[in-house]
Order: sequence, then structure tokens, then C-alpha cells
Amino acid sequence: MGAIYEREVKSYFNTMTGYLVCAFLLMFAGVYVMAYNLNYGYPNFEYVLQGMSFIFMIVVPILTMRSVAEERRQKTDQLLYALPVPMTRIVLGKYFAMVTVFLLPTALIALYPLLLSSFGTVSFITAYGSLVGFIFMGAAFIAVGLFISSLTENQAIAAVLCFLALLVNYFLTSTTEFVSESSTASFVAVTVIIVLIALLLRVMTKNTFVSVVTFLALEVANVIVLAFSPDTLSGLLTTAMEKLSLFDRFDNFVGGVFDITSLVFYLVTAGVFLFFTVQSLEKRRWS
Amino acid sequence: MIEVNNLTKVYGNHTAVDDLSFTVEDGRIYGLLGPNGAGKTTTMNIMTGCLGATSGVVRIDGLDIFDEPEKIKRKVGYLPELPPLYPDMTPMEFLEFVAKARGVTGKERTEQIEKVMEITGIEEMQDRLIKNLSKGYRQRVGIAQALLGNPEVVILDEPTVGLDPKQIIEIRDLIKNLGKDHTVILSSHILGEVQAVCDHILIISHGRLVASGTPNDLEKQFTGSSTVDLSVKADQARATEILAGMDGVSDVEVKSEADGVTELRVSAQDGGDVREALFTAFSKANVPILNMTLSKASLEDIFLEFTGEEPAQNKRGKEARHGRNLRA
Repeated sequence: MGAIYEREVKSYFNTMTGYLVCAFLLMFAGVYVMAYNLNYGYPNFEYVLQGMSFIFMIVVPILTMRSVAEERRQKTDQLLYALPVPMTRIVLGKYFAMVTVFLLPTALIALYPLLLSSFGTVSFITAYGSLVGFIFMGAAFIAVGLFISSLTENQAIAAVLCFLALLVNYFLTSTTEFVSESSTASFVAVTVIIVLIALLLRVMTKNTFVSVVTFLALEVANVIVLAFSPDTLSGLLTTAMEKLSLFDRFDNFVGGVFDITSLVFYLVTAGVFLFFTVQSLEKRRWS
Repeated sequence: MIEVNNLTKVYGNHTAVDDLSFTVEDGRIYGLLGPNGAGKTTTMNIMTGCLGATSGVVRIDGLDIFDEPEKIKRKVGYLPELPPLYPDMTPMEFLEFVAKARGVTGKERTEQIEKVMEITGIEEMQDRLIKNLSKGYRQRVGIAQALLGNPEVVILDEPTVGLDPKQIIEIRDLIKNLGKDHTVILSSHILGEVQAVCDHILIISHGRLVASGTPNDLEKQFTGSSTVDLSVKADQARATEILAGMDGVSDVEVKSEADGVTELRVSAQDGGDVREALFTAFSKANVPILNMTLSKASLEDIFLEFTGEEPAQNKRGKEARHGRNLRA
């Protein structure tokens, strides 16, 4: 894992990618500090982080697009498969390298509250609490990007898909306004998800029987819930969408709440997508 | 020792490797020979743990590649068809990375890197970026990479493809030298190369092992299909009439007839030598033999014979299906 990590970090700074990521993060941090803290005179550094959180939509695709896709295109993934290192470690090495590249400019950004404190009172707890949230959120997004990169050989496609995934997540909460809260709407949404699960199962196991049985079992459960306890379903969809919004969860930190649940949620998201990445790479070996 | 038992790999409805079995003894150079698409690369990918098999077992020193991949991968160095190199690194950086990833540490690492660079002759290139190296040098860096960690087995997939004749000779010498310390398995679709370098040849066609042995063994084994090229001073009808009355002749092919001279190719039954019989038969008929040559099957012929035909006519229904897939 160490060797992979080291190589990846070096390669980010042998090419432009690493510098680009640093430049973007530092530039936007500077612009928002300039606007909020210096221009308007707010003492709250967390507003800067909240304002610039959309930057992940640009930075994460740049950072993650090549991680696996480029290995695959250059056929260097062959080397990784032939190394006496388990796939999990290879993926973790790559992941931590990307997190490191993200942390370097973030460490510089972390100096702003100290700088600002020389002009007045800054709430360090909220500022650094938010920064922790910001870092965890970034780490979760990087895992998503890494997984998307493992799906294709083409960096550009990986970048676009990653951008879209983050975009959808960004607007997830605002779109809940347009989603009906009725139990029927949730029923339909749950049905769609069940169909997707069944299809995924069919694709992965190539076993029609298992997927049909799974579909029927889940759908019957869904119908039963709709028939006997429709209240459980009403609002389910909107609640789920709000809970899944990684961007939205960050607002808790900005609001002064050090939200452990959200930190755990970010970690779980990262873990799940790293697991998917390992599976995606292992699948290549077995297909 | 490497044992490959009943290895099968199916992609969708295409069988790339079909019930392949062979063993590889330590300390020798093995050549996997077969036309493009015969399943050589797939076999090597499975042997190095880069690819899963549909069924079958690969064991190296008794360890199963699917049960203990990490242990096996330490014993095997692999150069895939396209050397897996990072273009924005120098050979030195790249070899350090691979050595580290293969768990070679400290002083041992520096020593091994120096050694493999010396063996492959890339010392002068160690600080250039890999993307600026010529194909030959990239191939060498690829081989150097496969030697790190001092593996017992070195597997090279088409190591000389795309090189110029001088480089090919250099790489072949390099491989021969590797054979002194390692078990080497290389693949090629060029017979001359395998013949020049390897102690043992495995001919693969359509995913199956069709012949195996040392170059000499193979030649001996297949002299059975010996033929005699003959030119006689007679017309075609007369010549074939004489041959038809002979024992031990299985097949007669008339090549040409001009100015009363007929050129024929006579195949002997059971690999016997029919030259004496031919002489007696023609002299009895008072037909002069102008020229007679015995031509033994060369490795080239064996190779073409085994790899040229579709496997459909050889065996049962399984192969019939197989043959159809290949044509599709």
C-alpha cells in the first residue's frame, strides 16, 4: 500500500493535476475570505467553507478521473493485478493519495481563521469544526469519484460522470420541493428502486430466477406496507433524498453543530464506494 | 514446478482456453507457441493471477493460485504483452516503485535494482522518462520489472514483438541468460524464436495443447509424415500406374508434367522410407528416376499442421460448437 500511495502522490505533482487541485481550492478560499470576512467583515470562517463547498463539483472530478481509468487505458492495471498486494490495499493506497492531495491546500486554508483572529474575535470551535466536516465531506466525494473512475477507461467520461453525480447530490435537497410527499409517490419510487435492485442482481448473478424472486418478495412487502400503513410511506422519498445529500449535511457544521452522525455518514459513504471500487476491479479479473 | 490442470476460460460464448493441462519443470525455458488468438495470453494471465479461470487449477510449487494469490505472485515475475509502464516516471523510479510494492526493502532493494538494470542493460537510461524511451528499451524495463523480487518463475508474453532484428537477438540472449537462474516461460507466434531460445515447446491451438516436447523430440515424433519428392521420365498416367501397384504408398500428388518428365510427391504409409521400393518399382518398369528427395517434416510443418486446421473434425460435439464460435 505504501508504494502505491507514494507513487500516486508523486505522480499528482509530476503532472499538472495536483497543482490544479491546490490552485482551485486556494483560489476559491481566497475569494470567499476576501468577500465574506474582509469585505463584509463577518468573523465567521465557516461561511467561507459553506460558500466554496460547490468547488467539490470541479475539484473532485479533476482529482479522481484518472486514478483507475488511466491505468486501464495504459494497461498498467496489469501490473497492479500481478503485484503481490491485495486489491483492497491498492485501492486504499490510491484513495489516501488523493485525500492527501486534497488535504495539502486544505492545510493552508486552515490558517485563515488564525489570520482573521488578529483582526477580531473568531469562533475557532465553529471554524475548525466546520473544517473537519469539510474534510470528511471531501473524503466521501473522492471515494465516489474513485469508484466512477474504475468504471471506464476514459478519463473524460469519468470526469463528466463524477461531475453529474455531485451535481445531482448538490441539488438533491432543492429538488425535494418538486417531489410529491404522498404515499403513492413513495410507493412508485420504492417500486422503481426494487426494479433496479432486481435488474442489478440479474446482471451480477446472471440468474433470472433469483432476481425475479427478489423482485416479487420486495414488491409484495412494498404493497403490504402501502395497504396497511400508508403513513410510513408518505414523505419517505423526500426524507431519503434529504438524508442522502452530502452537501446538505455540511450545513449542520456551519450552523455550529458538530454533527457526529454526519461524520459517520461521510465515512460510511467513503467506505461503501471504496468497497464498490475494489469489487469493480476484482470483477475485471473474473469476467 | 508449475502444474496447469484442466484450465478453461470462457468469455461469453467464446472458449479462449479449453481444458489445457501441462507441467513446467524448474530451471528450464519453456515456449508457448501458437498463432494469434490461440489462448497464450489468456493462459499467462491466469498463471500470474491477473485473470480468473472458468475452471481448472494452476499450482506453483504446490500452491494454488486462486487460494494463495499473494504467495504465488511473489514467486512469479510477469511481463504482459504490453509492458505496463508509467510514462511519466524514469526507469529508476519505476523499478523502485515495483520493488517496494513487491516487498523488497532496504539495501536489498538498491542491490536488486542495480542487478536487474545491469542484466537488462538499461543503466544508461535510468534517468530518462519512460515515455521518451524507444520500444526496445521499454521492453527491457518491462523485463527488469519482472525480475524484481527475485522470482523463481519469469513469464514473458511475446517479449520480442515490435523490436528490430538487432534488439530481438539481444532480448533472446537475455532470455537465455535468465534461464540459468529462473524458470522462464515465454510465448510467441514465431517458431524460429521458440526453437532458438527454448528447451521445451508447448504448441497451443484454439486454447488446447496440441503438442509438447523438446524441439528435437517434436521433430522425431513427427517424421512419421515423411514424403518423397520424385521426378521420373514418364508421363503422368504411366507414373501413377506404377505407383498404384506399390505397397507402402499412401498418397500420390502430381505436381507437374512437362517434356515427358513428371514431378510427384509421394507420401509413405506409417512413416516408412519408400525410396528403395520406389527405385525397384520404377527400374522394373524401365522408367528412369531423375531426382528423388526425402523430405522430413520440419517443426514448421508440425506447427502449421497443428495450428492450421479447425479443431472441429478432431473430436466430439464440444469441439464442433467450439469451431463454430471461432468462425463467427
